[in-house]
Formats: sequence, structure tokens, C-alpha cells
Amino acid sequence: MNRGAIGVIARLTLHEAFRRRLLWALVGLTLLLVAATGWLFGKAAELSPLEGGTQQLVLSQLLVMIAFMFSFVLTMTAAFAASPAIGPEIENGLLLAVLARPVRRSDVLLGRWLGLALVVVAYALAAGYMEIGAVRLMTGYAPVDPLVAPVYLAGETLILLTLAIVFSTRIAPVASGSIAVVGFGLAWMGGVAGGIGDYLNNDALRNAGIVAHLILPSDTLWRGAMYALEPPPDVLTAAGSQARIFTVSPFFAGTQPPLAWLGWSAVWIVATLAIGVLLLRRREL
Amino acid sequence: MAVASADGTDDSGGSASSDAAGRAIATPATQTTAIEIPAIETRELRKQFGRIVALAGLTMTVRRGEVFGFLGPNGAGKTTAVKLLLGLSAPTTGAGRVLGAPLGDLDTRQRIGYLPELFRYQGWMTAREVLALHCELARLPRSSWPAGIDEALTLVGLADRSNDRVETFSKGMQQRLGLGVALLGRPELIVLDEPTSALDPVGRQDVRAIIGALRARGATVFLNSHLLTEVERVCDRVAIVDRGRVVAELRMAELVEEGGVRVLVTGLPAAGAIAGRFGPIRRDGEWLVVDSIADDKVPALVAELVAGGGAVHAVVPAHHTLEERFLSLLGAAPGAAQDAAPSENPEARP
Repeated sequence: MNRGAIGVIARLTLHEAFRRRLLWALVGLTLLLVAATGWLFGKAAELSPLEGGTQQLVLSQLLVMIAFMFSFVLTMTAAFAASPAIGPEIENGLLLAVLARPVRRSDVLLGRWLGLALVVVAYALAAGYMEIGAVRLMTGYAPVDPLVAPVYLAGETLILLTLAIVFSTRIAPVASGSIAVVGFGLAWMGGVAGGIGDYLNNDALRNAGIVAHLILPSDTLWRGAMYALEPPPDVLTAAGSQARIFTVSPFFAGTQPPLAWLGWSAVWIVATLAIGVLLLRRREL
Repeated sequence: MAVASADGTDDSGGSASSDAAGRAIATPATQTTAIEIPAIETRELRKQFGRIVALAGLTMTVRRGEVFGFLGPNGAGKTTAVKLLLGLSAPTTGAGRVLGAPLGDLDTRQRIGYLPELFRYQGWMTAREVLALHCELARLPRSSWPAGIDEALTLVGLADRSNDRVETFSKGMQQRLGLGVALLGRPELIVLDEPTSALDPVGRQDVRAIIGALRARGATVFLNSHLLTEVERVCDRVAIVDRGRVVAELRMAELVEEGGVRVLVTGLPAAGAIAGRFGPIRRDGEWLVVDSIADDKVPALVAELVAGGGAVHAVVPAHHTLEERFLSLLGAAPGAAQDAAPSENPEARP
């Protein structure tokens, strides 16, 4: 691994992202979305007949749904940014000139991944904190862990970015982007199945969730984001039986993801990148 | 000295140590100078994509400081060979060294400039930014960048477009930029894969001048081109490849030495009278063609023709062209004049 070359490729990727209008269009749309949802939250809180813990539960569910939509946007951004990162550059000859320099193929893959990761993580954190801040400002709602929620979303995006860039070493951009988006959906459904399995004490469904999280741990991090956006436990306790209806929702996580699963997410990223390096090394230019 | 290996590319970082073909290219390790070590040396390099044989066993040597032409019909394996030499692809078997290091050695790539046949640079960057990127990738000292970039831009005639985005460049201008990229850092070996394919006649002349300047400073140029007249003008030596093997190596001077002379002569009663003294002579209309005659015998031939009653109007050297030699060599090999058969088509991708 050549840190110098990885850094050069990562900087090149960042440079490219900032020169493209797409990123700025996305930033503009996000600002618009934050402003619009902030206003809607304000209106909802103002007009709602609910009070206290119940209102906080409703607001938390609305915020989690906004976050879910936002995580989908992040997934799409990661998929479409990463899927043309390697393959098309081999096919159009751009990488030939780069790889004829003292640069390893692994440097190119890791540099591209790092550059794109910095872009999507910065975007996820900035947009996430703005959204949480706007809701707080308009409604006074304070999730249990507002600082950590966008970090989980950024991690979820990294998982899908890694998947798309690794597939981009071998297959067409449309296919690798689609795999990342479909993977996001399947992992989420696997997580929902696992949640239902837990609730019904059904081993088959529970195991399906575990397998989904092992294959693609994006939903593990999404569950962390959901938990961090929910009201503090004392609010839930105070809400009593009214809170129970929310606990069966697919947009509710009763606990934080265990550390072992978070560790697996990190290992998964490293292992998948390693597979990507092997795939790229074996590809004929 | 270690030998380049069949897996000696890319991420090996130059640490390749095994020779899949089990052969060594002997190079004395201690008493050689850079001049004595060939720029390129390969032994039975073979590349196979599944069942498709791209390169059947390339053995050749390119000396330091020469301009070496690498010729062959479509599908002969030229581009595959270039990729193996640069470590962009790993040989299936065989071995080779470039600038004294095993194929694919990472550090050696600092001393090589490469213009790919099919290439593209980042369209969103300016020409100057592309060159700066390659200065950085080539690990050139930062202090040398401004002068090196200006020199490259001037050499390839892009100084006045240096701050324009590459996406606004014509194909010919992009090829000029590619050449500028290959020249950065004054590399010892410059590999040019079809460098004039998109250029107009002025651009081709510029490339010839650049290659001449590279030769003058002692650089080695490996030129892969279909344009035989271009190759003929600039190369010291050529290798002709067919079906992944070198079928002939020629010094360009040999072609001139082998040549004869054509004489436009009228009023000559019988040319046959002087035949034999200057080799076989044949008639081609009003021209007399002497196929093989030393340069220093030409005045004597002309004097003989005049003495014999002929009026000499013109004397023209008639040495073989590279194209004639190329066609005769490939024509001699079964099916060589056509594109390689499918099973031997090197540039077909699996």
C-alpha cells in the first residue's frame, strides 16, 4: 500500500466531486428539504392535540421516517458516485495512464474509496445535524443521542459505497449501482424480518435477520440511527402503554446495536475492500 | 541478478522473484553500467486470455538510446506486449526486464513515460492540472513541476491552451497532451503506442522532431505504430511481430544498404552490354533498374551508360521501403498478411 498514491487519488476524487455540479445540486436540494421538513415539523407540533411523551413519540417516528428517506438518498448518492469509479475508467483508458506510473491497483481502489467516503460522510453528517437541529428548533424535540445518529447514517452509507465500488471493478456501472440500492432494500427487509422474529419469538425469522446483517450490515447501522433518534428511555417509560404500539413499528429500535455487530460492520468494510483489491488485480486492462 | 517473472506486475511492487518459465536472462550484476543494460529485454513472453493466445513467445532486446519501432499487422500482439512491458498486465509465462528491473517493478515506472493507444484524461481538468497530477503520480520533486510542465506544454504545442479544460480539446490536441504527459520528468524510456494516429501532418512532423530530440538526449524510444513511413523516418531499428512472435529485426540502415538505383536513360542501344559489371539490370520502360549496387559504384555506372551512347536524365536511389519489406515478410508467413485467426487474435478481449 502506497499512502502517497492513495492520498493523490483521494484528493483527485474530492477535486472531481467539487467540480461537478451534481454535488452542489444535492447540497441545494438538501437545504431545501431541511427547511421544508423543519417547517412541517413545526406545524405538526403546533396543531397536534397530543402532549408530552406521546407527542415526542410521534415526532420521533416522523423524524425516523425522514431519516429513512434521507438514508435512501444517501444510498443512491453513494451508489451512483461509486459505481462508475473504476470499471469505466479502465474501459476508456483513463486508468492506463495512471497505472503506468508508480501506482498500484490497490492504491487506485483505496484512493477512490477514500475520496468518495469523505464526500458522503461529510454530506451525511452535515445534512443529518442540520435536520436534527431544524426539528429541535421548530418543535423542541431532543432525541436520545442526536450527535451519534448522523454517524450511524454515515456508516450505513459507507457500507453501500463499499459494495458499489467493489462491484464497479468488475461489472457495468448501472449493475453495480443497482446492486447497492437493491442490497440496501433487502438488508432493511431482513432487519424487519429479524425484528418480527424477535417479537414473535420465531427462530426462522430471527435467523433470517441475522443472516441479512452478516451479509450486508447496513441495516445494523440503520437500527443504530433509529435508536439514536428515538426519545430518551424515561420518556418511553412515562408514555407507558401508549409507547407499546410504537415498539412493533419497523421504524422503531428498542436497543442500540451490540458492539459486536458494529465491529462486524467495520470488519465487513475492510474485508470487502480487500476482495475488491483482489478483483481489480486480476482484471485485464 | 533476479529475473522478471510471469507474475511480476502491478502490486508486486517490484519484488517479483520467480521465473515461471524457469529461464534466466543473464545480466552481470556488478560490472554493468546503465548503458550496457538493455532498455528492454524479454525472453519468451507469453500471454494467454483463456484459450486465446495473445502473445506466443516474445523475445527481443532494445538497446539504450535507440529509437525502436515495433510493427505488426492488426492483432499481432503489439499492444499486449506494451502492456506486459509496462506491468499493466502479467505474462502467463516468460520473463523480461525493463531498464534492468523485472517487469512490473513499481519504482522503475518513475523512469518510463507512456502514451497509451487508447486513452483519456480527466476532462474536467485543465491541461496544466493533468500534467501536475502526473508529476505527482510519477513522484517528481515538487520544485521541478513548474519548469517540467512548461517544457512539456511547449514541446507539444499546447502552451497557449494550458489553462483550458481537456474536455474542450480535439482528439489531436488530447494526443499532444498525452505525449506531454509521457515526456514529464525526462524519462529514460518512452513508450509511444500509436502516437500520431490522431495528428495532422504538422502534428506528425512535430512528433518526429520530438523523437529526434529524445534520441539526441540519449533516451530510448519504443514506438508502436502502424504508420510505416513514420517509423521509417525516425527509427534506428524495427522488430516486426506476427502472431505474437518477432519474425524479423532490421536496422533501418540495412534497408538503404540493400537498395539499388533507377536510371532514366534514353538512346542507349543495349543495356545488356554493361550487365554483369554492376549486377543484374532490368528495364522498366525508359528506366533502367539496378537492384543491388553499392553507392560508390553509381558514378561508374552512369559514366558507363553515357560512354555507351545513352543520355542520362535522372538517377534515383531505389532502396527497399520498410513497407515493401514488411509486406514481403508477412506475406511469407502463412496467413500473415491478414488479421490473425480468431484463436490467435491477441487484441480480442476474452
